[in-house]
Amino acid sequence: MSKTRIVVTGIGATSPIGGTAPESWSALLAGTSGARTLEHDWVEEYQLPVTFAAEALVRPETVLERPIAKRLDPSSQLALVAAQEAWADAGSPDVDPERLGVDFATGIGGVWTLLDAWDTLREKGPRRVMPMTVPMLMPNAAAGNLSLHFGARAYARTVASACASSTESIVNAMQHIRDGLADIVIAGGTESAIHPITIASFASMQALSRRNDDPAHASRPASIDRDGFVMGEGAGVLILESEEHAKARGAKIYATVEGGGVTADSYHITANDPEGTGAARAVRMALEAAGASPDDVTHINAHATSTPVGDPNEYTALHTVFGDRIDDIPVSATKASTGHLLGGTGALEAIFTILALRDRVAPPTINLTEQDPAVPFRLSGEAQSLGEGQQLAISNSFGFGGHNAVVAFASV
Amino acid sequence: MAFTNDEVLAGLAELITDETGISADEVALEKSFTDDLDIDSISMMTIVVNAEEKFGVTIPDDEVKNLKLVGDAVTFITSNQA
Repeated sequence: MSKTRIVVTGIGATSPIGGTAPESWSALLAGTSGARTLEHDWVEEYQLPVTFAAEALVRPETVLERPIAKRLDPSSQLALVAAQEAWADAGSPDVDPERLGVDFATGIGGVWTLLDAWDTLREKGPRRVMPMTVPMLMPNAAAGNLSLHFGARAYARTVASACASSTESIVNAMQHIRDGLADIVIAGGTESAIHPITIASFASMQALSRRNDDPAHASRPASIDRDGFVMGEGAGVLILESEEHAKARGAKIYATVEGGGVTADSYHITANDPEGTGAARAVRMALEAAGASPDDVTHINAHATSTPVGDPNEYTALHTVFGDRIDDIPVSATKASTGHLLGGTGALEAIFTILALRDRVAPPTINLTEQDPAVPFRLSGEAQSLGEGQQLAISNSFGFGGHNAVVAFASV
Repeated sequence: MAFTNDEVLAGLAELITDETGISADEVALEKSFTDDLDIDSISMMTIVVNAEEKFGVTIPDDEVKNLKLVGDAVTFITSNQA
């Protein structure tokens, strides 16, 4: 029996560089940075060592009706905003609710709701802790609310694998459609965790860039003077659908989801394996599932967070798979523009990958200074043409916990 | 300072609108929270918690189930003010 082909029929994103997927894509192509100095009292109050981040450009509570926004943590608000866009983009499909699923992801969950409630408990006592606190902070809140909003009754599943989360949710969605659990899946991930706690913790582990005086140029993957990642915020949503279902309803098709690979390092809780063995295995799995060879790959959206140790490890992993040809494949490290959306990052980068295939262009990697010889990816500060013909691209995500997730898309 | 019935009704209407999006004009003394305003138990508790803070009263959990109508809540709050 031939495998069910899976297609992408809708995309939606709310990111540090745009309130929608097309706006984010245009800003990316224009070389925009989403990183800005944080204008919150708590930055000064807690004397945070890092004073900037890439917050969502459009606050989700200004897009949603207040009674809806009020019942959602910001992470779920962002998810709903992106999902509404993706659903409309897919033509608001008429689908049997029991054939509509949700595969969603977050790295951290409702950290704002949890810690705001903790403040309320300490200042005002238990009576003032709102009854919606737990349903807002739970990590499955976004998946549950998307199920509720779009009438998805096949299932609503949540995966949490830190910064690999939403690539993993896309891989899961592909598999769930292939396994016959649904005809359409709302897939993606979200994060709203730019909070003094997370900044303090990431800064404490020396993971964040300290370029407080120059936020727009702080995220500089593969540059020799990179000094850490930039925290980002936002959500990305893809509508995945069996090709049969999409064609039957005459849906517009962006790309096909050809395969995915998910592996674990079992090496260290935060550091990735310097040999890149688990990451390389995930790439190979994705290509094998796609029935493709490394030679077929024409574009890569790298995880490339701009940390001193992470970027060369990814290069090592990809060199293992692609050999010296890796230096010829147009690569984009889009966190240079968006910062790192943690649980939302894989979905946003999957959207960028799909649009790269559609437009036959690898988006620019801004802020390249002198490229680190240990990370000699083919990156450019300008958009790189992918040329004509069939395209196959992969998007990589790696997360604390030793999670590796890779998804492969093909042009249509 | 004690709140008048009208002030409590207006204040409750504000909390109900904020929580549910129901227009403040819809909120009247004879309206049932569940049957007329379609307020679920979680929203009801949210409104109760906010009303306690707004009006400086305590509404015991056992009492909440007796507050069927908006008027019941207004009467309870005005007669239990500190």
